[in-house]
Amino acid sequence: MFIKKILEQLNIPAQCKRYGLSLWQCPQFLFILMGVIIIASTLTTYAIGTKYIEEPELVALIVLLITAILFIVAAVITRSFERLAEASRMKSEFISIVSHQLRSPLSNLKWAIELLMSGRLGKIEEKQTEYFRILKENSGRMGELVSDLLIVSRIETVRLPLRKDEFSLENLIRELIKEFESFARASNVEIEFKSEANLPKILADPSRIRLVIENLLDNAIRYVKDSGKVKMLLEKRAQNLYFEIKDNGVGIPKEDQKYIFQKFFRSENVLKYQTQGSGLGLYISKAIIERSAGKIGFKSQEGVGSTFWFTLPIK
Amino acid sequence: MKTILFIEDESALQKTFGDILKQEGYEIASALDGEVGLRLAKSQKPDLILLDLILPKVHGFEILKQLKEDRETKEIPIIVLTNLEGISDIDKAIELGATTYLVKAQYTLEEVVEKIKKALGE
Repeated sequence: MFIKKILEQLNIPAQCKRYGLSLWQCPQFLFILMGVIIIASTLTTYAIGTKYIEEPELVALIVLLITAILFIVAAVITRSFERLAEASRMKSEFISIVSHQLRSPLSNLKWAIELLMSGRLGKIEEKQTEYFRILKENSGRMGELVSDLLIVSRIETVRLPLRKDEFSLENLIRELIKEFESFARASNVEIEFKSEANLPKILADPSRIRLVIENLLDNAIRYVKDSGKVKMLLEKRAQNLYFEIKDNGVGIPKEDQKYIFQKFFRSENVLKYQTQGSGLGLYISKAIIERSAGKIGFKSQEGVGSTFWFTLPIK
Repeated sequence: MKTILFIEDESALQKTFGDILKQEGYEIASALDGEVGLRLAKSQKPDLILLDLILPKVHGFEILKQLKEDRETKEIPIIVLTNLEGISDIDKAIELGATTYLVKAQYTLEEVVEKIKKALGE
């Protein structure tokens, strides 16, 4: 396993391809090249130096020449690092601009549909309501994706400010269970929640933590096969509150587990059950929990279910 | 009849809110940029102002500041209705004297109407 990882790291052409860079622009390759030149030049200088010991000027000249070559290689490496950083910055900026620009038309659309559906502009037929519902649902999905993308761009540009408010995690969970009631019933899922009595409050950003639990709860219900049970637990462990959510859903295959918190990653086996989903929920959740000084993790077995947990410090 | 001034550059929103607020029995004045908005606020003295932040000509924060500094307009409740959701923007608007701060993506039409009624003390 360890050796395999090293070999993967050493497969430089593959790594460069992943960044979309040619070999001569790829820092990893240039770095190795520079190493080889350094070793070769040291040995050559030594060999030449011992042979032409009577002419020190020549040795000095060779050393000078080699230094110049190394200097150029180093400059190229720096430049290619710059290019990588620039590409990453442009990508974040692109996400940010696109999602900001999408927000206004999406709210216009959302409110216009709501006004039509409210019947305030005239009675609507049953058949029409169905289509309005489709419009509403889909503009809602776009809206969610856009707000997820905005959070991702804030996470990546380190501009995700978090409030520090005192609040009860238990109450927040109970509120969310109420909100998810109809979705759970429609998916034949029973939600159970056990909480230790008299838990202390925590100091964190309630709207962001709400987003984390929403994501976890949504996943747990969404990836249940036919009918299932979602069990949640909240308790005090040392100086932390520990939250756990356990489902008997499709589970995550072993080979996918290491990618599960990566952005845009979606496991092959969930695609069989659910094609919706951006692959951003868990990435966002991890960033929020870690920036709130907590920890997040999971264990899962394909076909049996998954258990996700996180901890948050008490004040 | 109470008057609401809606300062918002999206004409689609002007129409949607115009229709629903008229039905609720309000009179609507609309401004499509910050300059007109500021002028109408001072000349008409509406009962409530719905204010977007990113506006042509004069930014929403500037409008908020000027209206709250003016003795004649400082009592008018102002509801900020925007897509900006940064903590610093929210804090700044409240500090400048906004009654409520609503992020467009997070509220339904009916919820916004409720907030307007509440701010008008109804």
